[in-house]
Amino acid sequence: MCLAVPMEVKHINTELNVADVEIAGVKRQVRLDIIDYPAAVGDYVIVHAGFALRRLDREDALETLKLFQEGLNLQVH
Amino acid sequence: MALNNASDMLTKFKDPALCRNLLDKIRAELPGPLAFMEVCGTHTVAIFQSGLRSLLPEEIRHLSGPGCPVCVTHEGEVAAFLELARKDNVIIATFGDLMRVPGPKGASLKQAQAEGCRIEIVYSAFDALALARKHPESWVVFLGVGFETTAPTVAATIKVAKEQGLENFLVFAMHKLVPPALAALLQDPEVNVDALILPGHVSTIIGVEPYRFLADQHGVPSIITGFEPLDILQALLLIIDQRKNGQPQVFNQYSRAVADNGNPKARETMTEVFTVSDALWRGLGRIPESGLALAGEYHRFDALTTLDVQVQDLPPLPGCRCGDVLKGKMQPNHCPLFSKTCTPATPVGPCMVSTEGSCAAYYKYAL
Ligand code: SF4
Repeated sequence: MCLAVPMEVKHINTELNVADVEIAGVKRQVRLDIIDYPAAVGDYVIVHAGFALRRLDREDALETLKLFQEGLNLQVH
Repeated sequence: MALNNASDMLTKFKDPALCRNLLDKIRAELPGPLAFMEVCGTHTVAIFQSGLRSLLPEEIRHLSGPGCPVCVTHEGEVAAFLELARKDNVIIATFGDLMRVPGPKGASLKQAQAEGCRIEIVYSAFDALALARKHPESWVVFLGVGFETTAPTVAATIKVAKEQGLENFLVFAMHKLVPPALAALLQDPEVNVDALILPGHVSTIIGVEPYRFLADQHGVPSIITGFEPLDILQALLLIIDQRKNGQPQVFNQYSRAVADNGNPKARETMTEVFTVSDALWRGLGRIPESGLALAGEYHRFDALTTLDVQVQDLPPLPGCRCGDVLKGKMQPNHCPLFSKTCTPATPVGPCMVSTEGSCAAYYKYAL
């Protein structure tokens, strides 16, 4: 039950404070009450128990991946 | 880097070639035996499911701590929610994982449901509000389990219930806080943990600060870690590094999802609705200031007070060694009941019930 997964924001309804999110064909509606950074369509958000917890930082993720390759001197295709 | 979309990016964190290289590096750098503990059910499952556990060098010992919220739900809490379920005018709304968690004499919600109690499985606390609206003549009691990741979602739901004037919605707050449990664990002289992999999504909410004592007071390298194989391997490398240079630290490996200050908005919601209280943990007992109770004007949502039910400090279930398993003192398969009387189909203890429980993970993956 503590599972939290990143899902892509497809649509936002500010009036109801919800977003439609999707990953690998699984669709859900999530509440936006506690997300601290406004998410936009196309963003990935971490979803847990029907709520978006946080926007996933894409640049940061790329940075981390880059560190892996540089540290290991590998080519990521 | 040619990554077309965020989904490509997420796949990259599983890249087998990168994993192999990180593993080689770990093997080359490892200075000696290392026991690391994770305290998150998702880490437990990720480490087993990805096959990492069998790929790690033998000197690295993986321990699963008290990281599965369902597993740490105390016997007395189970007895209390079963008492709530048996009341005439009550509908229980719960996450599905709690259904089979055994309380005294092996009784569970599943059993109570078979006996005619009204129990509904919900995916989110928020779904329980719809139930309350649908059944205005009954009390709808949401069973609030979970750590700092889940508590804000329940707090936000309670705020909405208040705004909407929902009179028949109640919560049994059993939420538990991770840092006080880690403090209690590290104070136990029988617990031998060299390093900690800290729960990524708990940290999304609480940030880095609440963990500082792990390194400062206990000298334990502690890494906030993501859930992909590369994340976990990188965390192990960081731990090895810290052990080599003799400077234990709390480090945020999962910065793509964890800001150093966490999620202040979620924390504000949590502290508006809840106040910190003592809590009973299965296997660990009473830990001061490790739980959350409904605060001030939100106290009217408290199921225990409203329906006059108490949580008692009941003894552990006979034969179940969940306590030792949750402290990393015993490997699940060393429990005398493991895979004999205790299996996922016939669980004796909660660690065999939840898919995130250590005993269940051992049963499924390590045999
Ligand atoms: S194997 Fe079963 S009885 Fe033994 S510790 Fe695990 S859950 Fe408890």
